[in-house]
Amino acid sequence: MSKHRGLRSVVAVLSALGIAASCVQACAADAVPGVSDTEVMLGGTHPFSGPASAYGVIDKGIQAYFAYVNDAGGVNGRKITYKDLDDAYSPPQALQLTKQLVEQDHVFAIFNSLGTAVNLALRPYLNENKVPQLFVSTGATTWGADALKFPWTIGFQIDYQAEAIVFGKNIAAHAPNAKVAVLFQDDDFGRDYLTGLQRGLGAIGILKSESYEVTDPDVRSQIETLKASGADTLLIAATPKFATQALVAIGQLGWKASTYLTDVAATHTVMRAAAQGGGPAATDGVTSATYLLDPANPAVANTRGIKLFKQLLAKYQPTVDPTDFLVLYGMAVAYTMVDTLKRAGKDLTREKVMDLVAHIDERDNPFMLPGIVVQTSPGDRFPIRQERLGRYADNNWQPFGPIIDARK
Amino acid sequence: MIALSRERTRHLAAVAIVAILVFAAPLVLPPYVTFELAFGGAYAIAILGLIVLTGNNGQISLGHGAFVAIGGYTVAILLQRTALPIWAAVALAPAVSGFVGVLVGAVALRLSGAYLALATFALAVTFPPTIKRFGALTGGSQGIALTSLRVPPFIAAFISSERLLYYLIWTCLALICALTWYLLAGRVGRAMRALRDHEIAAVSFGIDPVRYKSLAFGWSAAYAGIAGALLALLTSYVSPDTYSLQLSITLLIGAVLGGLGTLWGAIVGGIVIEFLPLWAQSINPAATSIVYGIALIAVMIAMPAGIAGTLTRGVRPRPATPGDRWDRTASGTCSAANGAAVRPRAEGTSRRSS
Repeated sequence: MSKHRGLRSVVAVLSALGIAASCVQACAADAVPGVSDTEVMLGGTHPFSGPASAYGVIDKGIQAYFAYVNDAGGVNGRKITYKDLDDAYSPPQALQLTKQLVEQDHVFAIFNSLGTAVNLALRPYLNENKVPQLFVSTGATTWGADALKFPWTIGFQIDYQAEAIVFGKNIAAHAPNAKVAVLFQDDDFGRDYLTGLQRGLGAIGILKSESYEVTDPDVRSQIETLKASGADTLLIAATPKFATQALVAIGQLGWKASTYLTDVAATHTVMRAAAQGGGPAATDGVTSATYLLDPANPAVANTRGIKLFKQLLAKYQPTVDPTDFLVLYGMAVAYTMVDTLKRAGKDLTREKVMDLVAHIDERDNPFMLPGIVVQTSPGDRFPIRQERLGRYADNNWQPFGPIIDARK
Repeated sequence: MIALSRERTRHLAAVAIVAILVFAAPLVLPPYVTFELAFGGAYAIAILGLIVLTGNNGQISLGHGAFVAIGGYTVAILLQRTALPIWAAVALAPAVSGFVGVLVGAVALRLSGAYLALATFALAVTFPPTIKRFGALTGGSQGIALTSLRVPPFIAAFISSERLLYYLIWTCLALICALTWYLLAGRVGRAMRALRDHEIAAVSFGIDPVRYKSLAFGWSAAYAGIAGALLALLTSYVSPDTYSLQLSITLLIGAVLGGLGTLWGAIVGGIVIEFLPLWAQSINPAATSIVYGIALIAVMIAMPAGIAGTLTRGVRPRPATPGDRWDRTASGTCSAANGAAVRPRAEGTSRRSS
């Protein structure tokens, strides 16, 4: 009797699944999955829970921008639906949800799923099934570099190598006698930086590089070694926690190096913490780079992009922090997505979209710094390879100098 | 000659019906659900390990995600660097994780209850950074993609890779369930449960605690290793993010939700931890953890002995008496009716930690 009951629960679960699934199967796919006369459906995953949940707000920016476009009539008569699910930053979870989005919801494309590991796990499946994996949210170099092997995948934001090239070029142009030191995280992220910096510096070369492991408690000893090398210029290719430690150590050691900080760590949180621990000397004059407008900087508050950003948030996502650049990033990538759909015209297919994302020349993305061009060609599948430098002063990043292009 | 009691007949009937359902499921379900059920089966194997360790030996592990990771990385590294066939790599995974498990078990001897939980928790916390540290071998934070995974054409003509993996995993689960049931019903299982219930008494009867507690850890870790190997095949990719702290906690949640006192608990637990987050998504994608948490609390209030545990105990005529359902009585029949199906999970450990 008792065993019978235990069995019954299993049977119930399985049969419930069966019912749910047969309903799903009944809904046959359209000629082009996810596209009807009135709707185009995109899918994706972001971490709304778990260790990387801070990135979840990107979804708010994307949804706000799509809602704005839909209210204005959509794209070619189609409203955009974006089904964004919570993968908790777990690659297996993301793969399951993505299969569901592709096979159950019949989404047209996977858009902006976040995380290098997550997208690496999705890439073989999506490419095998010829589902576009568009504008992924990760700075790894592989999205552009391995496009021949994975033609259904394309990145978006500037890759780590390109950013390091930007820094290197600036040093080569303005301080040809610089003695350059590097602190880098000993993984693909850090090594991409090292490679890019070498390319950007050209003949100058790197005087001394020190690495750290993510398991290291502190990077102070590395900074001491780099200082002792006699370098006068320092590049920090570190994630936020270690970047903060490095800046604090620089301030405390009184090292007067001209310091470059990766975009990854150039957040207000890092800078505030570093200034607290190492004094103003730790952060004043630090150089970073970006391609986006900074919603926290009052100097750009009157630009078209920031005005639109704040207006859309007030209307569609009033609870979201209007100074969070991640939300703005979401709008920027949504803008390029909408732009691509517009260019595809009424006759929308997956093949066409993949062809279009290999021929981007977008000069008017309002959420990016004026002059930044989103650009690809079949031989260059890195949409963004330009940045403008910014110097930290008065608790803000003040953009300066021209736009630097890592391609040239 | 063992006569089939009514109890055993029912048991066999239950197994047969579940076997038919498991066999038929991929034939009627869409591929992605088959894929998800395959994950559920792999989780069930890991949870089976917790039923051995926690349910029968009273040792709590919050670090089983690390053993799953060892299994996954063993397969990934072997397939990437050697010409070993897939089956051999999968077979080696539990050997490696089981060996590490025995070592951890030897250390864990001195700890019990909350202290043991914390020590194993540390294992789960430190494992992902450790993987990153040995980037040359493990691929660092970018992990390893199992690109060499190709179903041979003569097999692919008959069956999709999802179905193939699904049947592989559920067959493994069935074999492991049978093995576990056999071992737990015998001398080893009795010794482990005796240690759980009263260590001093057990030792005075000649049961060697060092041996059996290390064995339980190694045994349990070997199952986690098999699960990890199968999960790695399913995702075709391993990375430190795959084996977050959350995985260890989720496995324990699965074991408790399913029921630590019955092998059915592993299957129910595996299915639940696979589908509960997906279901929570469909309720509200922005608040998955809240929906998940509420569902957990609701189940634990309604079914304190786990889903499978409570369903099997609900109609039991007699209250808890010593002896578990898988103890064989002198007549050789499964003594389901003579004992409690489930012992509340805290019982075995709280006694020992005091």
